[in-house]
Amino acid sequence: ISWLQNSISPFLLQTRRPFCLGVLPDTLDWSSESFTRNSKAMDQLISDLQSHIQKVMAGGGPEAVKRNKSRNKLLPRERIDHLIDPGSSFLELSQLAGHELYDEPLPSAGIITGIGSVHGRLCMFVANDPTVKGGTYYPITVKKHLRAQEIAAHCKLPCIYLVDSGGGAYIPAMADESVMVKGNGTIFLAGPPLVKAATGEEVSAEDLGGATVHCKTSGVSDYFAQDELHGLAIGRNIVKNLHKAGNPGMINGLQNNVSDYKEPLYDVKELRSIAPTDLKQPFDIRSVIARIVDGSEFDEFKKLYGTTLVTGFARIFGQPVGIIGNNGILFNESALKGAHFIELCTQRNIPLVFLQNITGFMVGSKSEANGIAKSGAKMVMAVSCAKVPKITIMVGGSFGAGNYAMCGRAYSPNFLFFWPNARISVMGGAQAAGVLAQIEGGNKKKQGIQWTKEEEEKFKAKVVEAYDRESSAYYSTARLWDDGIVDPADTRKIIGLCISASTNRPPEPTKYGVVFFSPAWTATQQGSGKVGRWKINFMSTQKWENPLMGWTSTGDPYAIVGDAGLGFDNEEAAIEFAQKHGWEYTVKKPHTLLLKIKAYADNFKWKGHPKTEGN
Amino acid sequence: TPVKNNQSNGTRIEKILVANRGEIACRIMRTAKRLGIRTVAVYSDADSHSLHVKSADESVRIGPPPARSSYLNASSIIEAAIRTGAQAIHPGYGFLSESAEFAQLCEDEGFTFVGPPASAIRDMGDKSASKRIMGAAGVPLVPGYHGHEQDVDLMKSEADKIGYPILIKPTHGGGGKGMRIVQSPSEFVDSFLGAQREAAASFGVDSILLEKYITRPRHIEVQVFGDKHGNVLHLYERDCSVQRRHQKIIEEAPAPNVSNDFRFHVGQAAVSAAKAVGYHSAGTVEFIVDTSSGQFYFMEMNTRLQVEHPVTEMIIGQDLVEWQINVANGEPLPMSQSQLPLLGHAFEARIYAENVPKGFLPATGVLHHYHPVPISSTVRVETGVEEGDTVSMHYDPMIAKLVVWGENRTAALVKLKDSLSKFQVGGLPTNINFLLRLANHQAFQAGEVETHFIEHFRDDLFSDSSDQVSAQKPYNAAKLSASMVAACVCEKEHRALKESPPGGLSLWYSHPPFRVHHDARRTMELEWVNEYDNSGSKLLTLSVMYQPDGSYLIETGDSSSPGLEVKVTHLGDRDFRVQTDGVSMDVSVAVYSKDRNEHIHIWHGPHHHYFRQKMGLELSSDDEIQHKPTFETASHPPGTMVAPMAGLVVKVLVTNGTKVEEGQPIVVLEAMKMEHVVKAPTGGCIHGLHVAAGQQVSDGSVLFHVKGE
Repeated sequence: ISWLQNSISPFLLQTRRPFCLGVLPDTLDWSSESFTRNSKAMDQLISDLQSHIQKVMAGGGPEAVKRNKSRNKLLPRERIDHLIDPGSSFLELSQLAGHELYDEPLPSAGIITGIGSVHGRLCMFVANDPTVKGGTYYPITVKKHLRAQEIAAHCKLPCIYLVDSGGGAYIPAMADESVMVKGNGTIFLAGPPLVKAATGEEVSAEDLGGATVHCKTSGVSDYFAQDELHGLAIGRNIVKNLHKAGNPGMINGLQNNVSDYKEPLYDVKELRSIAPTDLKQPFDIRSVIARIVDGSEFDEFKKLYGTTLVTGFARIFGQPVGIIGNNGILFNESALKGAHFIELCTQRNIPLVFLQNITGFMVGSKSEANGIAKSGAKMVMAVSCAKVPKITIMVGGSFGAGNYAMCGRAYSPNFLFFWPNARISVMGGAQAAGVLAQIEGGNKKKQGIQWTKEEEEKFKAKVVEAYDRESSAYYSTARLWDDGIVDPADTRKIIGLCISASTNRPPEPTKYGVVFFSPAWTATQQGSGKVGRWKINFMSTQKWENPLMGWTSTGDPYAIVGDAGLGFDNEEAAIEFAQKHGWEYTVKKPHTLLLKIKAYADNFKWKGHPKTEGN
Repeated sequence: TPVKNNQSNGTRIEKILVANRGEIACRIMRTAKRLGIRTVAVYSDADSHSLHVKSADESVRIGPPPARSSYLNASSIIEAAIRTGAQAIHPGYGFLSESAEFAQLCEDEGFTFVGPPASAIRDMGDKSASKRIMGAAGVPLVPGYHGHEQDVDLMKSEADKIGYPILIKPTHGGGGKGMRIVQSPSEFVDSFLGAQREAAASFGVDSILLEKYITRPRHIEVQVFGDKHGNVLHLYERDCSVQRRHQKIIEEAPAPNVSNDFRFHVGQAAVSAAKAVGYHSAGTVEFIVDTSSGQFYFMEMNTRLQVEHPVTEMIIGQDLVEWQINVANGEPLPMSQSQLPLLGHAFEARIYAENVPKGFLPATGVLHHYHPVPISSTVRVETGVEEGDTVSMHYDPMIAKLVVWGENRTAALVKLKDSLSKFQVGGLPTNINFLLRLANHQAFQAGEVETHFIEHFRDDLFSDSSDQVSAQKPYNAAKLSASMVAACVCEKEHRALKESPPGGLSLWYSHPPFRVHHDARRTMELEWVNEYDNSGSKLLTLSVMYQPDGSYLIETGDSSSPGLEVKVTHLGDRDFRVQTDGVSMDVSVAVYSKDRNEHIHIWHGPHHHYFRQKMGLELSSDDEIQHKPTFETASHPPGTMVAPMAGLVVKVLVTNGTKVEEGQPIVVLEAMKMEHVVKAPTGGCIHGLHVAAGQQVSDGSVLFHVKGE
């Protein structure tokens, strides 16, 4: 690039896109057996998906919907439709959250979340569904609510809560502005029955905490609405008055929404015929890219090197993106290429799209000798530290440590979606069965129990069955490990909307670096028996932690490199390693052991030992 | 005879003042401009921005809106002519057009009055005098007896002479009192004596007059034209029988179902009438025609250019205003009676702002949408208004005249119906739909017109909303229109969003709107405003589903009808091409906002429907109920009003016992340097009002009570 800059002005570099050489060819073989097989299998998956979706779209069922209507109340999706700009799109998230999670169905986890535009301002919507268990919160409901807020915080979107729940009194009270609907909305810490039990006071719900009370007397609510439609109209007005202050969505100096773009050359519906449901069958990720990007134009980076990872620049609805897709196992070179490409995108503020179909990093002596641990760590560090928007689509398998390198959930992509055929697990079902059978067999032998071949096969089958079930996209989406299962044909559209929502904030510079912790806090972080060693943590994009979500937002490199060498015996060794690789580093000093005087009772002998703060 | 110019200095008119407004002023100016004559408009304050003012080269304000202070104010008009240096004044129709005094004044002040001589106006203006003159000139009059002799035998013999049926009418009085229709000679004496008694009892005078009773009259009038050299032509007849509230609404030329012989005779009679008063310029002689006998009788003469003159222009291919100006310049008529062609057939439909189901009551309002049918060599639109103009209560509520021409009556009628259905007016009720029904009526198509036409065919022309079967058809048509409206509104909105997406977020406003795993849906509530009858409006709830191919699937609420798939192409502005059920057609949709409603009009084929859609309450910041004072507190009986804050009573506006309406100001308080008006919370009687001006009241103290009735 440096010599090029001498001869070609930066302006010319920018305007070279029309002469793009990277139009992807159509590699799909329509007549092939795999094409037909894949289409058929995917059709089945999509029709299953549709039937699941239809069930959740019906909310709590016809009875509950009718009851809701009779109270002059709209359904949550109807409320959202009234709030968003007429004729505009709505990106609903995690429709199948709570799917087969509890004994009874909990459609969409009883809460509708998603992103839509109000007066041209993107907002996150969180709407209780009163037809589902009266809008009460199950654990998964809380999780979905929090995930929506997490995305909103990440993308800097205002949140609009449509509260219709038994237990949501604090939400309107904590909101910046709130609207209450006469007759329907009530806010109180305790409802009339509890009030009567507690104090003997007899009072109606409306008089206790209705819109009139809270808009006129208590001041808890700010706007009084005659009916729902009025309330929703006020809601639109509130957003109108938010005034987006000074952060135009810019990617690489370009407005994030360009209305002038080309559609892909190939039909997006053909995406349904590409990914095999049998994940052992390889496919060229470029055939997916060709159906996602504008004009099927893909300027591939380092095409001849590390070919199991496909990297390159493209646009989606006019928005520049860097795409990283798997075309096989991650080798040493592939990982280095990935790290290099991510660094390029972060320098230029180009959002990253990960198309994940990965069985993992290459294992074995040759690979180790080539330094896969180091290369893998580099790629993970790059993914972890990248502060550009990241969107991950699981188009096939996601196994083992490859998940991390390809921006899995723990690396906090802004959005993560599954194709219906995708699967996720720490390893394949068959492999797991093999490992577990060996251990089980060993145990039985110790106890002197004879384990027949049949019994072993039965054991294995059970493991495979469990892995099969728990690795499915439904298992994942029900637990909110993703933001939803998407029809492959919608992939382009959804990535486009996600990038648009993610670039709602000004770009942040990415800094690569590591933090050393000494000694590692817990045995699990360090691997068993290694407490007391120095470990490193990458400075990641995420500064907040979300224990309710069930994960922390900082990546754990040990998941990949394990004992391969990134645990150090002392501080000096750790720093030397960082310096050798040109990493910025920060050292977190060991916690000083301080004996703290605790409550008298804590110091009784039967407590075992005096309590200390910290370690 | 050599041409003698009327004007002393021998010059021709170079600048003309049009002492009128609206379409006729515009129409006169159009011809004047074509002839290179400069134009002056006069206007009242109500018309300062109207089309006739914009059409003129110069314009002069002549007074406030009421016609008597402006368009009827002769001296201001003359003054305007003097100020602008116009040589001639054209009075148009109505206002001062038939004022002999004004015509005289113009001549006295040295202006050419573009119209007949003042003497002719005066002669024809007096009904009984005109009849005398006409009788003397041999113009047939309605046979009758107007003598002083009231002897019953004499009256009987007069009646026999006139022929039956006979109308017996008291000379004094009115309101139909004492009037009797006598069908045969045997009934005459009894009826006559009865009428005499009744007249004596009612009016104190028992004198009676006799007139021939015309059972099915037609109104046929003849356009005449004279020059200042004694030449008078008749420009064939017009039929203006179709009237409502004694005003014409559809006129045509020539009259249908009349013989050439009749045409010749009635023409001759009209020429005689004009000649008898020394007429020049344009005039119309009106006749009443007895359809049973074919006899015609003189009624009156209109000494002006009439509203319906364009139908005559269309069948002779001449410009009558041009003729008027030429005649005023002293030129002879350009052709002789035998040279005058009679080409095809023409209709004029008058488009009024009026409420048809409410007895054609005049309507006022703003023309929020106004797109008359495009004009051509055979379609003329005479109008004096533009979109956004107001039809005010000060003047005639006519919006436009639609004039069409065809090779023959049937061809002209086809064109009339087509043009009416394409005449788009939104914002106020009009008679367009009614005119269409009229034009489609079998009897009208057959030319069986007479002055009681609308009353005769009342049942056909006004649909009966209580009739289930006949009510279903318009309802279904409205439903189809509503579906098309919904699709067009969505499509237009999509177009607008695509062109300038809010917040620049074009991706979020793609078409169809994106939803995860389902199609976007939208509910629209359209209130169909039925303009055909008094059955009131009906609410239609439409569910619009955006289809992946960009079309719309529209369901109309009732499960009986399946969804309608509608494909729309927006051609621009209000024009759409709509495809449903394999048929594609042109559709116009006009939308405007008024009174917190979206008003939507749709035109397609012969249909026009009007819908109202409630706008979101987004704009309603000042909600009555929201700001209603809280007066019903637990400690006070209902109707008690307490001081909203501590303050000083500045004014007390009522006394105890006063009846007040809800919201009426009662007490004015001053606090925090501001005045606060305390209003009556409900309607009722004030009592317990003890505060007086100058008194200090504390927060929450009782000010007064209102006792409901």
